[in-house]
Amino acid sequence: MVDRSISESPASSRGDTGSPDQTRQRKSDRQQGNDRSAWNWLLLPAIVIPLLVPLYNRIEPTLFGWPFFYWGQLAFIALGVATTSVVYQKTKTRKDPDADRSRPSTGAADRKGR
Amino acid sequence: MDGIKTTELVIFVFFFLVVTVMGFYAARWRRPTDLMHLDEWGLGGRKFGSWVTWFLVGGDLYTAYTFVAVPALMFGAGAAGFFAVPYTIILYPIFFLILIRLWSVSHVRGYVTPADFVRARWDSPTLALLIAITGIVATMPYIALQLIGIEAVLKTMGVKGEIPIVVAFIILALYTYSSGLRAPALIAFVKDTLIYLTIIVAVIVIPSKLGGWDVIFGAAEEKFGSGAGVLLPATGQLQYATLALGSALALFLYPHSITAVLASKNRDVIKRNMSALPAYSLALGLLALLGFMAIAAGTTPVDGDNNTIVPALMDQMFPDWFAGVAFAAIGIGALVPAAIMSIAAANLFTRNIYKEYFRKDASSRDEARVAKIASLVVKLGALAVIIFIDPQFSIDLQLIGGVIILQTMPALAIGLFTRWFHPWALIAGWVGGMGVGMLMLYNIARIDPATGEVIRAHFGGSAFALTKLGFDTPATIYTGFVAIGVNLLVAVIATFLLRAMKQPEGTDTTRLEDYFADEDDPRVHDLPLDVGDREPAGDAGGRPRDPNPGT
Repeated sequence: MVDRSISESPASSRGDTGSPDQTRQRKSDRQQGNDRSAWNWLLLPAIVIPLLVPLYNRIEPTLFGWPFFYWGQLAFIALGVATTSVVYQKTKTRKDPDADRSRPSTGAADRKGR
Repeated sequence: MDGIKTTELVIFVFFFLVVTVMGFYAARWRRPTDLMHLDEWGLGGRKFGSWVTWFLVGGDLYTAYTFVAVPALMFGAGAAGFFAVPYTIILYPIFFLILIRLWSVSHVRGYVTPADFVRARWDSPTLALLIAITGIVATMPYIALQLIGIEAVLKTMGVKGEIPIVVAFIILALYTYSSGLRAPALIAFVKDTLIYLTIIVAVIVIPSKLGGWDVIFGAAEEKFGSGAGVLLPATGQLQYATLALGSALALFLYPHSITAVLASKNRDVIKRNMSALPAYSLALGLLALLGFMAIAAGTTPVDGDNNTIVPALMDQMFPDWFAGVAFAAIGIGALVPAAIMSIAAANLFTRNIYKEYFRKDASSRDEARVAKIASLVVKLGALAVIIFIDPQFSIDLQLIGGVIILQTMPALAIGLFTRWFHPWALIAGWVGGMGVGMLMLYNIARIDPATGEVIRAHFGGSAFALTKLGFDTPATIYTGFVAIGVNLLVAVIATFLLRAMKQPEGTDTTRLEDYFADEDDPRVHDLPLDVGDREPAGDAGGRPRDPNPGT
């Protein structure tokens, strides 16, 4: 019974784990519906590019006296922020980013710390 | 450098007292109905929102030792020290993909430690014990290193002897004991505010005093001129990239990172933080350059200890009162991670050693009590290590720590995605990776770059020469990277063998949908074995759970 509430997919609204075949079916539904997202691929460049040392192990172009090696790597931070932000926006659970603030929460103390 | 610097010390002590009061007050912050439960004491109630999580995780990952050691590395070794930047950039996309699943399954099943998850996923108490011990052993020297951060600051202020550190650590131990994870969460606000303030002032004031960034990079260029100057030598590039990747993979496996992440209240809080936490990476990158500023300013480290280079530079460049603020930032910066690490180690001990092997029927009150005492023991142990053993020992151990914690990756991180491996194959892989890693570290000598003399014959660093593996190249590679490769290889081969021998593989007590569950997921409350039920799933009695929970 409990499973029904978390998924719209017909295969997983069954309340049992079922035969191996059913499980497999549920698995693919689940992965597409809930966790797996093509947007996650966007995170890959943010992991790979900062590791490509030959790309930035150079002095030119300099910026405010900084060799490229230094300002270039700091600039990759923006790449990381941009990709994680986009993937978050595209994969977040709630449509409204502030929903979890306005939602009745588990206690007043919960909001106090924000 | 003789004599005590009164103004600096007064300001330092003032901030220390402020956080002490906050640390004890934290027990009442977001007051729980009962603090005597690991979810409360050890995970702060599992309810931290975006802001608290940002301060807590930032305060946890960017430790005082990082802030002291990274610029010291830049000062001593040049460009290689900047690996901390790519390391802390790639960290977050990796967190994003992996830790969110761990959060979900832990949330649904009530896991407190990474080893809880391993225990249930692989149905293997032995593997869980290995993971727990690995975590504790890797964390202990990390705590000790935080003391080195405080020591560096005290030294610069002219405070000698060990008594101040002992006092500071005992106070920390006491409020961690009484407030649990709420204490570092609250103190982290002060720590990070001071850190950002210090860094912003430092990167504006110091370059203008020194005559601009050209002068700073010029001085570094001159110092490292014989090599590649302010760039990496061709032979150091592989080491740079593999060290950054290996360190990033290791960091999220550390128990203290996982503890801080599990304390957040939902998946979106974690995801949002992955975009917000890189602000700390920017701060760290700027701070790293303080090492070069010290070269340009002609700063000399106190007592020849390179770790004092940042405090010494601040002492030289800032007015006394602001130097005091900066020192407080570093000092408090040591307290936050030390508290979280000791809590994480205590949670591991309680859940995966005490409860598993000594008292299977321990109630949640017993768990909280044991964890509180364990956190005291862990901190006193770290203190003893620093006082009675050469601090270099902790630095070496921490180097090893990164390599050994990486060996938990297959069971923990890969385990979040697949149960393809055989549990015993993972144990074999752990043994293989650990053995190879230790052997390699043992065979790395530290060589004085100027004279070519061997300073230390063994455990001299983490850069392993590829020639020793038979490659015809002067390049080096990060040891942990090779060790995890061996670990995976052994685990794959052993899985095929064990499967061919039809060895039983145990029962996975997690379900696929657990890995995507979120805060208000109704199942969390319907499950008979959830957090609220105070009897976490499948990790206690060794029985496979009811495989048919929906009926």
